[in-house]
Amino acid sequence: MKEKIRIGCGAGFSGDRIEPALILTEKGSLDYLVLECLAERTIALAQKRKLQNPEFGYDVLLEKRLKDLLPLLLQYKTRLVTNMGAANPIAGAKRIIELAKSQNLSIKVAAVIGDEVLEFISGEEHSLENNRPVQSEGKLLSANAYLGVEAILPALASDADIIITGRVADPSLFLAPMIYEFGWGLDQFELLGKGTVLGHLLECAGQLTGGYFADPVSKPIPGLDQLGHPFVDVFPGGRGVISKVEGAGGVISQRIAKEQLLYEVLDPHHYITPDVVADFSTVQFEEIAFDQLQVTGGCGIERPEKYKVSVGYEAGFKGEGEISYAGSHAVERARLAGEIIEKRIKGLVPNLRVDLIGLNSLHPNDLSKNSNPYEVRLRVAGMCKTLEQAQLIGEEVEALYTNGPAGGGGARKMVTQVVGVVSTLLDRNQIKPDFQLLST
Amino acid sequence: MKKLVDIAHSRAGDKGNILVLSLIPFDSKDFDWLVQNITADRVKSHLKGQIKGNVSRYVLPSIHALQFTCEDALAGGVTTSLALDAHGKSLSYALLEMEI
Repeated sequence: MKEKIRIGCGAGFSGDRIEPALILTEKGSLDYLVLECLAERTIALAQKRKLQNPEFGYDVLLEKRLKDLLPLLLQYKTRLVTNMGAANPIAGAKRIIELAKSQNLSIKVAAVIGDEVLEFISGEEHSLENNRPVQSEGKLLSANAYLGVEAILPALASDADIIITGRVADPSLFLAPMIYEFGWGLDQFELLGKGTVLGHLLECAGQLTGGYFADPVSKPIPGLDQLGHPFVDVFPGGRGVISKVEGAGGVISQRIAKEQLLYEVLDPHHYITPDVVADFSTVQFEEIAFDQLQVTGGCGIERPEKYKVSVGYEAGFKGEGEISYAGSHAVERARLAGEIIEKRIKGLVPNLRVDLIGLNSLHPNDLSKNSNPYEVRLRVAGMCKTLEQAQLIGEEVEALYTNGPAGGGGARKMVTQVVGVVSTLLDRNQIKPDFQLLST
Repeated sequence: MKKLVDIAHSRAGDKGNILVLSLIPFDSKDFDWLVQNITADRVKSHLKGQIKGNVSRYVLPSIHALQFTCEDALAGGVTTSLALDAHGKSLSYALLEMEI
């Protein structure tokens, strides 16, 4: 058994930068690298791509992320665990094999499957969010269970260099290597809880080294343009020490770790993953050396009885239009433009939203009460059933050029296809994770 | 006029239609004052234009932090919201605007 294992996080979401993973692998002496690239909507959109072409459905940035990374993983003996499989882990694995062959590299890739559960959903299941049948939200596109370490461990036990999954709980991507290397039991909830704490800290990558933390006035962070992603040294008893590659941008500190520990945690005493219900309330941080943060405490209570399932459905089209005004009476002219649009299309688009960017588009009105900006941007948005209805919104804003208030400029219009996501629960015994091993 | 931003930092997170806001003092000496004065009700009142549901507060002495879970706060849910900031990520700074 190893004395410690080092796990790095090279991507914290689907749109993360490419090079931090390369730097981590080259200079971080990692045992494991995790690339976390799945958000709630991402799988439903990936599912649509797969329906159009069964060869697709994996993360669109898969090749870009792996092109230069593959040789480094082999050279520095780093195993990769990633959820870039999205809606099609097997196709993703095949693509990686092709990439490796084109570089004359010899690798094995394990594709973890079993998260897709649309066929087991009747549609009558009530969503956790709205407590009504999921099929009442719209046409169902996808249903994916959040798998846990039990799905990843068999793949880790094979000699795969890369493990690519579909929907898996983010902390499980980190916890599985810990269990595999240290031989933790799946019922040793205290250890699983500690490992889940470390996984949750690392899963958003740069958010742990000062990204999304920096405020140049109150809490400055150097080198955001070259932000280094974090890694953690995990010890067999569940203690962790967080650090980053020397010389990379960013900082390791208690303050940053506290923000990340609590990020998106509904109840810090009961943080629920497929593996364990973890208790974050006893976590402690200590800066033990420059850029080295020790993490102790944290615990686990039990394993949840059910798997959480993310259900994607067709939710129509969002239409938007924007136009800017500056100088004297900018706010008044922008407000007038908004009123004109409302009069013209409120009947067709009853949920029309009107914002003044630069004044009140982000926060409740009372917070910007006494502000008077030099320039302001009108934004009009609405949710529609059809593409044409959604397009109308932007078209009406653009038509203000010759029909609206004076001095309007920079008009833009956009339409986005909307995929809604709700969640429900399935019994553990309905889910059967598996994996396929592919090699060059 | 002092605001929360002068003594604390915050990060916003989202889960469906629920907004999660941490509140962490820069100086741990201010933790007790925050516990006494920044209650769930006060947060709900400050963000009344945004939060339609219940606010729960968790107190975490081991890291000197507070966590506020705010229900029905994201215009129906991040995936179908029309808000420019559908995830409510910028709302951490709305909280920090609170006068103290």
